[in-house]
Amino acid sequence: MRVLVCVKRVPAPGAKINVTADGLAVDTAFLGFATSPHEECAVEAAVQLVEQHGGTATVLTLGPAEAEEQVRYAASVGVHDAVLVRTDGSDWDPQRTARAIAAAVADLEAQGGPFDVILFGNESADSGGFQVGIRVARALGRPVVNGAKRIEIGDGSVRVERPTDDGVDVYALAMPAVVGVKEGINLPRYPTMKGRLASKKVTVTVVDPVDQPGGQRLVSLHTPVEAASATRILGEGPGAAPAVVDLLIEIGVLQ
Amino acid sequence: MTTVVLAERAGDTISGGTLEALTLARRMGAGDVAVLMVGPLHDDAATVLAAHGAGSIHVAEHDLLAGYNPQAWGDVLAGAARHVDADVVIAPGSDQGNEVLAHAAAVLDIPMVANVLEVESTEPFTVRRVRWGGSLIERATVSAGGPLALSVASHALDPEPADTPGSATVHPFTPELDPAVAGCAVVERVQRAAGLTLATAPVVVSGGRGVGSADGFAPLEELAALLGGVVGCSRAVTNNGWRNHTDQVGQTGTRIAPEIYIACGISGAIQHWVGAMASKRILAINTDRNANMVTKADDAVIGDLHQVVPAITAEIRRRRATP
Ligand SMILES: Cc1cc2nc3c(=O)[nH]c(=O)nc-3n(C[C@H](O)[C@H](O)[C@H](O)COP(=O)(O)OP(=O)(O)OC[C@H]3O[C@@H](n4cnc5c(N)ncnc54)[C@H](O)[C@@H]3O)c2cc1C
Ligand SMILES: Nc1ncnc2c1ncn2[C@@H]1O[C@H](COP(=O)(O)O)[C@@H](O)[C@H]1O
Repeated sequence: MRVLVCVKRVPAPGAKINVTADGLAVDTAFLGFATSPHEECAVEAAVQLVEQHGGTATVLTLGPAEAEEQVRYAASVGVHDAVLVRTDGSDWDPQRTARAIAAAVADLEAQGGPFDVILFGNESADSGGFQVGIRVARALGRPVVNGAKRIEIGDGSVRVERPTDDGVDVYALAMPAVVGVKEGINLPRYPTMKGRLASKKVTVTVVDPVDQPGGQRLVSLHTPVEAASATRILGEGPGAAPAVVDLLIEIGVLQ
Repeated sequence: MTTVVLAERAGDTISGGTLEALTLARRMGAGDVAVLMVGPLHDDAATVLAAHGAGSIHVAEHDLLAGYNPQAWGDVLAGAARHVDADVVIAPGSDQGNEVLAHAAAVLDIPMVANVLEVESTEPFTVRRVRWGGSLIERATVSAGGPLALSVASHALDPEPADTPGSATVHPFTPELDPAVAGCAVVERVQRAAGLTLATAPVVVSGGRGVGSADGFAPLEELAALLGGVVGCSRAVTNNGWRNHTDQVGQTGTRIAPEIYIACGISGAIQHWVGAMASKRILAINTDRNANMVTKADDAVIGDLHQVVPAITAEIRRRRATP
């Protein structure tokens, strides 16, 4: 089977996210880059599907030339082919992103045949639009569900389990299908030394995007104002236990 | 301006997210507010929608809408938007609300802005929205020139009833659905046994990397049980395989709002904090006085959680034994 997984390069922030002076981006001067944890799990799911059912896994990203780092990482944990839809790295809105990904997928499929399953993250870590995968699925005319915590291939269909507030919903999507994956579906593996070396040899196919801007435009980013908190230190070590219990009684969680 | 709001059910009534969506719509100056209700409309739901300003309620019923089906629901929302000639389509910022809205926006080929906190102006259309799960706020413009779609960030605004209730006239709405949407239907529904969940428990005792191992959670389990709460954890813990991801608090885990959150050996990275910050009170237990979790908490104990947590449990038992 042919599986495609889409990932987005984003800064990996620490305890606080700083914004650049012009307010248009996260200050990445001292930061590394990553993908959303949901997408790391989508990559793992793609690799597992191909391990179980044979075929190839392809990773695609839309972003700057540096996003090669993220697709090579996917290659280091078992993805076979990598595609970079290269932009200038500016903030692309979800419509623009989805149109370019849908067009790139159509091109890949014209050359190599349809992808039985296309995996997305449930939402991107930075912009969190909750929509690129759904827009791509709609453009390609394929069934899609988000929030997948389990994926199994059945007879011509993908069985998807998705937790709800009070249980689990199960879907059976006819292939080719699209699935938005949530963290927790699996535990992504770490690259082995062999995987790392192999990933250096993978050819990253670079393509120019179809560029049709959508209607949303970032004006500025802001750090939320936080209420100043003066932490009350109840004590040090086990000796603080009585003060903790007093607090639990005071707020009514303990009688 | 004409607005259509997607209603979401919570049992026999309307979800809090729906009321947040109606509140945002009114604050934006929504004008005529039409509500789309998929499936049957209970009396109680109609009353609540009226109180929150619904001018009309369009009740969509169709065999293909039974249970939940993201594609079919999205098609119906798009159909309702066309039907009332909406300028703005609004959904609650729940998993389901965002999903249905994304389908509708894709069908209508219109922009969708997820997790909006506030509409600052409608000319040009300018919103404040959540980024990075809540650690950054984005100001964005959305070019009108056609309808646009918004979802409302969960729990970001307090829902308020309208000054004057809406007339809430009820209209049956018969959507046209392509039978192919059946392919996105829920085919099986498994009910979870009732009980406390991370999202609803009044007390969450949570452990991070500082707990050190899966077995290290036993004292946290014990304390949580004594307090009628549940155990949570950080991503470092799920990544190490010490606990299941269903216990993870944070941006890619669960967002919680207990009476008290007891964070043991958790540094308080921003992606963890955004999941815990709605807690009424936060107690941090950490060896590092300067950990983010400690400096942001209401209360803290500086020390080794392996000693402090059992000491708290022992103190509770001691007081119970000697009233
Ligand atoms: C896009 C994205 C999404 C993410 N989503 C989430 C999420 O949903 N939830 C989440 O938790 N993380 C999330 N993360 C990860 C997050 O950035 C942190 O890596 C993670 O929260 C760290 O977990 P931790 O605090 O347990 O570990 P650490 O940061 O390693 O902190 C351990 C803490 O334990 C203390 N400690 C050590 N030993 C003891 C002891 N014996 N007694 C008391 N204290 C001790 C240390 O002082 C330290 O403060 C996300 C990251 C990204 C990039
Ligand atoms: N620039 C991108 N390149 C590749 N995939 C992307 C990109 N942006 C978003 N995606 C995918 O779409 C999912 C949903 O993104 P979003 O709609 O931004 O929340 C992400 O988890 C990714 O799998």
